[in-house]
Amino acid sequence: MERSLGREIIATLIVSALLIWLLPMVIATYTLTVLVIYGMLGLSLGLIWGFGGILCFGQAAFFGLGAYTYAIAAINFGESTVPMLLAVLVPLIFAAVLGALMFYGRLTDVYLGVITLVVTLILFKFVNSTAGPQYVIGNARLGGYNGIPGFQTLNVPGNPDAYIWGDPYFYFCAVALVIVFLLVTWLLRSSFGRVAIGIRENETRMALMGYDVAARKTVLFATGAAIAGLAGALFANWGEIVTPGLFSLGQSAEIIIWCIVGGLGTRLGPVLGAAGLAYLKFVLGQQSLIDNTLITGLILVLFVLFLPKGLVPAVSALWKASFGRARRRPLARQRRKARHG
Amino acid sequence: MTTRSTKSKSNRVFLPGGVPLAPRHPFYSFKQVSMDLSFVIAVEVLYAVASLVLISAGLAVVFGMMKVINLAHGEFMMLGGYTTITAVGLGVNVFIAMLVIAPLVVGLIGLIVERLVIRHLYGRLVDTMLATWGLSLVFIGLATMIFGNTTTGISTPIPGFAVGDYQISGYNFFIIVVAAVLVIAMLAVLRGTRAGLIARGTMQRADMAAALGYSPDRIYMATFFCGSALSGLAGAVLAPLVGLVPTSGGAYIAKAFITVIAGGPSLIAGLLSSATSFGVVNQVFTFAISPVIGEVALLVAAVVLLRLMPQGITGRFFKGKL
Amino acid sequence: MAETVLETHGLTMRFGGVTASDNVNFSLKARELRCLIGPNGAGKSTFFKCVTGLLTPTEGQVFMRGQDVTGWQPHQIASLGVGIKTQTPNVMDALNVHENIWLSARRFHDSAEAKARTDTIIDRLALGAIARTELGQLAHGERQRVELGLVAVADPWLVLLDEPAAGMSAQDVDRMTEIIHELTRSAAVVIVEHDMQFIRSIAETVTVFHQGAVLMEDHVDRVMSDPTVRAVYLGKKA
Repeated sequence: MERSLGREIIATLIVSALLIWLLPMVIATYTLTVLVIYGMLGLSLGLIWGFGGILCFGQAAFFGLGAYTYAIAAINFGESTVPMLLAVLVPLIFAAVLGALMFYGRLTDVYLGVITLVVTLILFKFVNSTAGPQYVIGNARLGGYNGIPGFQTLNVPGNPDAYIWGDPYFYFCAVALVIVFLLVTWLLRSSFGRVAIGIRENETRMALMGYDVAARKTVLFATGAAIAGLAGALFANWGEIVTPGLFSLGQSAEIIIWCIVGGLGTRLGPVLGAAGLAYLKFVLGQQSLIDNTLITGLILVLFVLFLPKGLVPAVSALWKASFGRARRRPLARQRRKARHG
Repeated sequence: MTTRSTKSKSNRVFLPGGVPLAPRHPFYSFKQVSMDLSFVIAVEVLYAVASLVLISAGLAVVFGMMKVINLAHGEFMMLGGYTTITAVGLGVNVFIAMLVIAPLVVGLIGLIVERLVIRHLYGRLVDTMLATWGLSLVFIGLATMIFGNTTTGISTPIPGFAVGDYQISGYNFFIIVVAAVLVIAMLAVLRGTRAGLIARGTMQRADMAAALGYSPDRIYMATFFCGSALSGLAGAVLAPLVGLVPTSGGAYIAKAFITVIAGGPSLIAGLLSSATSFGVVNQVFTFAISPVIGEVALLVAAVVLLRLMPQGITGRFFKGKL
Repeated sequence: MAETVLETHGLTMRFGGVTASDNVNFSLKARELRCLIGPNGAGKSTFFKCVTGLLTPTEGQVFMRGQDVTGWQPHQIASLGVGIKTQTPNVMDALNVHENIWLSARRFHDSAEAKARTDTIIDRLALGAIARTELGQLAHGERQRVELGLVAVADPWLVLLDEPAAGMSAQDVDRMTEIIHELTRSAAVVIVEHDMQFIRSIAETVTVFHQGAVLMEDHVDRVMSDPTVRAVYLGKKA
């Protein structure tokens, strides 16, 4: 809160511009695109969990909903603009309804986790079983476990033949991430964001101050879902196919792991955690000495045991210790509080 | 699980729903068939409840007693299955492998996990969930490296038998019996033995138990051992029914998790009430529409139940019972 | 004639077989200061929770400024302009004093106005030295003071305090008494308390609770010297 918003925006823009310019020299833009998309997905959970205190075990549900909505709409519309918008709206509305159900029922902590987990499972099981030709929405066959391939990918609005793919698509996604990041930054500094953090810290007290906690949590939850939905739509365009695996428990688990490793309660942590771990998985996938899953699991266990605050706060603390002025650090309790709701 | 026995279908008359009518006195044969059908349905429902009880027992013990959510529970079951298969492959009798060896081995693995990881995270509910989730991935990775990705399995060691026109798998009865024995044993140990009483006391107030001279550390170890052993037993017993792959645990953990949380704070009463509720819902919808809808119905029932009773079933009813 | 800002009619709260609040008829006028006392288990806190919306009464009604607020949620009651302080301090531990109080002020004013009011209250309560310290790092007495500030900054017309003097040093209690006197200039204040010395120093009218019902309601001196009240506290009578 001490640094002005203006300075933060400028710093973010400069660093992002540098990264967008330099990284493609080291890593292929095809890979970078999906890392950026995962970064956005991680940020969506980081927002609602790290700052809002809402532990959602099924963030992948909104990711999948966004991807599938895009695919189905793209097949039906033949052009990408409206599908992109729908891909953000559908998860948002779904989350608003689900959130209202949960938060007005005053569910907390573990029980919230169970319901979000169950919702993801329901979606996964349902979509997975829609293999027959009778499962259609408009012109789009749902395809069951095979997924939906062959839909119109991102094009310049109004011109279905002017595709945006390859390098330009990477820049599009990267810019999208920066914009979302800045929006989240602005949101957290606004009154809404500060109240959300207050709710994370002590719901009862915020209610006693007169804030409608259930309503605010629902709005925050829906916002996170919208961001995840956008990531899903971008993913659909990148992979050119959507499969039920996007809704899976495994995907939800990964998003949670990204946030923990990156650092809950920070904006950058989940983004870096997502990009970093996804890249690690990509690199590890190319070796077959030790099983991938084993390494991911080991990383999670070790982080929870030894580095529960995640990487970004640890690195930031190190930086401040070496270079910064002496400052009080509110991070530790914030972290624990964020995780335990 | 249940199949129609193949008889001559030449002059079969069928009731709605495909139930064949035997060509005898209409009244008598109708009663006979619906009696058979009712019996079969009853067995199927009991089986659904029993398998939910089995799947969830290990997790319930660990959560109900220690407030630890062990997300590696599904993998413990998977390890129980692989232990059984390995033991049988080495010539051990299948029932001994399932009922003795698998629980012991998985119990030991659980003990190691408790000492190395869980012990440091008591009281931190979310952190234990995350750490055990990580462990589950580790076990999946290890199992893949050791056993490979292909499906292995053993056939059900008890043959089926016929009831009227229907065929019931004898193994289903075995599972129902195992589940029933399990619940009775748990009740007996917790209610009737000194060890059970000490365990229950520690779970309520660890500091008081310590003040009375009991080591909470030891009790947590023992409880986690028992919980893991139960998971291993469940996995072993359920292994002959499906092909086993390293990722088999994933199918179980969600159901177990939901059943335990929806059950609420009471260990056995909660387990039985939620397993019964979900088992019945699952089977009703499976019979009425399809197995997939049955699964979805179970999940929807869970959402509804938790919305109405946020503390679980035994948070509202049967309060105070074990 | 001062208006009645808080009233309960036949307020009853039952938990299973236990009647924690028994047919309580209560009335409070504007800018009145009332203390609720009674031995442990007398039903003071249950009454408090029913009035603040933390519990929904089994029977009976609660009126605030003539409006029926029975069964309302805490945030709805707080939105009316009612300040509430719970028994255990409910504050945001990871946020600092300024942020805590700002959040309370922000509910009823815009961002800039909220900041101005927060600064004013911090001055008035001599919290300036710790304004940027996190609540989690403060001593109990300071936390209670911040919570009071949090309540006061919203300019409530009714203030409900549950054991504000608990765990406080004599100096803290003195400071708090000042704050409460300031509050009564514009708000009706209800205090649930155990600390007899504190009550004697601050109270005018006192309501005594016993076994869920109102035993007596009178001026503090008469209540303190009443033999029935003494018996109830010392347990001489059943």
